[in-house]
Amino acid sequence: MSDYILEMRNIVKEFPGVRALDNVNFRVQRGEIHCLVGENGAGKSTLMKVLSGVYPHGTYEGDIVYNGEVMNFKSIADSEAKEIAIIYQELALIPELSLYENIYYGHEIVKGHKIDWNETIVRAKEMLDKVRLNADPSMKVKELGVGNQQLVEIAKALSKNVKLLILDEPTAALNEDDSQNLLQLIRELKESGVTCIMISHKLREITAIADTITVLRDGATICSIDCHEYEVTEAEIIKHMVGREMDNIYPPRAEHEFGDIAFELKDWTVVDPAKDGREILHHVNINVRKGEIVGLQGLMGAGRTELALSVFGNTAGYKITSGEMYMDGKQVHFKSARSAIDGGLAYVSEDRKGNGLILIQDIKYNITIANLQALMSGTSVNKNEEIMQANYYKDSINIKAPSVEQLVGNLSGGNQQKVQVAKWMFVKPNVLILDEPTRGIDVGAKFEIYTLMNRLVEEGMSIIMISSELPEVLGMSDRLYVMSEGTITGELTAEEATEERVMAMAIKGGAQDE
Amino acid sequence: MNEQKNMSLGQELVTLLKTNIRDYMMYIALVVIMAFFSWRTNGGFISARNISNLINQAGYVAILAIGMTIILIIKHIDLSVGYVAGFCGAVAAILMTQHGVNEWLTILIVLILGALIGLYQGTLVTRVGVPAFVATLAGQFMFRGLLSLSLESTGTIIVPNKGFNALSNGFIPDLPFGTDLHMLTLIIGVVLVVAMIYSQLKERRNKQKYNFQVSSNAVFIIKMVAFAAIIMIIMYTLADYSGIPWTAVIVGVVLFAYNYVLNQTRLGRYVYGIGGNDQAAELSGINVKRVTLYAFISVSTLAALAGVLFTSRLQSATPQAGLGFELDAIASSYIGGVAVSGGIGRVTNTIIGSLVIMSLTNGMNLMGVGISYQYIVKGIIFIIAVAFDIRTRKSVR
Ligand SMILES: Nc1ncnc2c1ncn2[C@@H]1O[C@H](COP(=O)(O)OP(=O)(O)OP(=O)(O)O)[C@@H](O)[C@H]1O
Ligand SMILES: [Mg+2]
Repeated sequence: MSDYILEMRNIVKEFPGVRALDNVNFRVQRGEIHCLVGENGAGKSTLMKVLSGVYPHGTYEGDIVYNGEVMNFKSIADSEAKEIAIIYQELALIPELSLYENIYYGHEIVKGHKIDWNETIVRAKEMLDKVRLNADPSMKVKELGVGNQQLVEIAKALSKNVKLLILDEPTAALNEDDSQNLLQLIRELKESGVTCIMISHKLREITAIADTITVLRDGATICSIDCHEYEVTEAEIIKHMVGREMDNIYPPRAEHEFGDIAFELKDWTVVDPAKDGREILHHVNINVRKGEIVGLQGLMGAGRTELALSVFGNTAGYKITSGEMYMDGKQVHFKSARSAIDGGLAYVSEDRKGNGLILIQDIKYNITIANLQALMSGTSVNKNEEIMQANYYKDSINIKAPSVEQLVGNLSGGNQQKVQVAKWMFVKPNVLILDEPTRGIDVGAKFEIYTLMNRLVEEGMSIIMISSELPEVLGMSDRLYVMSEGTITGELTAEEATEERVMAMAIKGGAQDE
Repeated sequence: MNEQKNMSLGQELVTLLKTNIRDYMMYIALVVIMAFFSWRTNGGFISARNISNLINQAGYVAILAIGMTIILIIKHIDLSVGYVAGFCGAVAAILMTQHGVNEWLTILIVLILGALIGLYQGTLVTRVGVPAFVATLAGQFMFRGLLSLSLESTGTIIVPNKGFNALSNGFIPDLPFGTDLHMLTLIIGVVLVVAMIYSQLKERRNKQKYNFQVSSNAVFIIKMVAFAAIIMIIMYTLADYSGIPWTAVIVGVVLFAYNYVLNQTRLGRYVYGIGGNDQAAELSGINVKRVTLYAFISVSTLAALAGVLFTSRLQSATPQAGLGFELDAIASSYIGGVAVSGGIGRVTNTIIGSLVIMSLTNGMNLMGVGISYQYIVKGIIFIIAVAFDIRTRKSVR
């Protein structure tokens, strides 16, 4: 006799031109950790938004039964009143406010008409202790890394006495260590009686943590697997997700020779004026040859993104205090993103919403914006050619959307990421820096992006791949650099690299921790 | 992708309406407003004479609004355009009356003056980092002061130059063998219709060449006939009076140029990109500062042109010129569908927005409604339009 805290029955949700949910049935037992998996655009986030009242009652069909009662949530406030909390794929904290202000934002502790700040701080501290974040409640959110911000989000949910906690890809932006921490925390929450629904594309952590796994595909429930009946394998989940067997996670690379050095940094030292002139990169030396994929591995905050930004036209306004950059053996000085692009360098941002995509524009606009030169006929942009090109990329990396005229803001997270990758492929650079290229992407799409990377290097491009997912870096790189606190702490070839060796190098610089 | 081909004509029209509901509502609103005033003024509003008048009066607002639209799309604002227009108009009057500069050179000098003002304000915004609101508010003070200073010794300056005054009072000449109707106007109307149909056909062919979805033949023909009818009705009305006003020619040329830049060129793409997400635009290789600077130069240059039109309309430069112009320009843009959060907007729709604003002014003047009520009515229409805009955008998301 199972005790279901939640049952969603025959849920149908439509957007113009898209049937995102098509008769989904979804049941969650009280006190379990329930993982929701599926390809990009399968409808996972949409289902959770229906549940939490983001899409109010009346905009979808079907019933939500919670604790045995049918719920008609009109807003998030309604679902919160029933002790359901959701943590979105995109963090929703206010960077300029303190931790305690954020934790009690929207349900402030009041005495009479005044906010009781002292009580707030004390209770916020308790919540932070619960999530084992050892931080001063009065520091600002923006001073924390993504991993810790994720913990603050959970602390916020806990402060609302949550009974059903929904986490949409909580570990997507986290490195290995932070992810483990978070998973441990979720287990502890379960012990204390909180039911969790977790969406994730990281199958390893799903098999480790789930009590039940539900697979969605194309807006329909494919199956629900009870993980206590037998040992569920990643391969099995993948099979349900994509509807066919997938033998390899990493596509095989055709043997090929590396060419000359295409990109090289010598003694690259960078200071960030916004951080009181602190040196954020120290004497970095790296190079990439033609046809080579070089991984750049390190913990969150190791300075990998900063390195990429300082190289790619230095748009963040850092001061480069020493060092030289060479492309094809010639020294270059990139003063803007434009000059870097023209010089054959491209950068796929890790922050697709913040500075990667223009969400209110459509797919074709976003794919072509960095290389409109290629579409000019006379003084005007050839719009038909634009659609052709956009369709080519939409098909070749399988961007799921009714047409290239769909607004990027309406795509699922993973499909947005694909648009971003397509945008820079269209630039056809000589050297491509990919910053977390597969963040939030499903296994099938990862495979497509890896295949694409292989094809590009075979054609002679050079790729620098920044990634926090160690298996991916190990699986794809010909060679890799490990970075820690702004210093390159090691260089390994594909044969030498093992998880242990890389991790050891990644925490090397940790001795100088403030 | 090809379902649309199998839809019935009715279904296709409904989809067309649904997807463009925001634009159609604006056209409908304009028609309703015009019909209302025509009814209240016993047809006076819609008479050929008043329509010509309306165009001459609305010209400067339309010009200001086009410049403002771009500024608003990139999420800035320019509060100084009113007094920049006033000041530039005064400078034009002074050049012509006190320095004997001929009207064409005067116009050129004044436009350059406008561009320099834009360069100054744009530099403040892009290089110094002063928010546009503040930089142009300061500009509003300064140009207001400069306007009254330049007219201090003379008071209102009457402009005698015929050519200059014709800009906002005159009409294009007719062919020598004139009839009751203004022939050249009708000919231009026909030319416009032919040009429109030709370019639409070409675009359609082009799309078919790429095997893209196009609207069905029936819908295409309905659209073409409707557009042709609208153009010919307007042209006929104008021909019935004195022909096309010069103001309409000027606005038409500016509109055509800006529409082309925004829709067809890279610069236009960049403008929308910056409005949508300036950081992403920067990392896509767009020189955000430069494009922003261009936008400020363009808005001030257009403000100078608006000043010329306004001075020409009044045939004089007055110290009151420019008061509240920026409000009409901003309202026109927003009524025309520029998104309050930036990144979205079209100059062609802005023109409709300015027609709404100017129809309200003109119609209420004809009806003898007091100026205080006029402001209130405009405010109400403005907020309804923006609220509607925000609601429809929400439901699409
Ligand atoms: N506001 C919207 N308008 C139109 N379509 C939408 C909207 N939101 C989502 N969709 C579509 O609904 C489908 C499901 O999207 P959803 O975000 O739920 O996917 P997901 O399973 O969470 O994918 P991911 O793993 O990439 O995050 C997608 O095809 C998406 O394009
Ligand atoms: Mg999602």
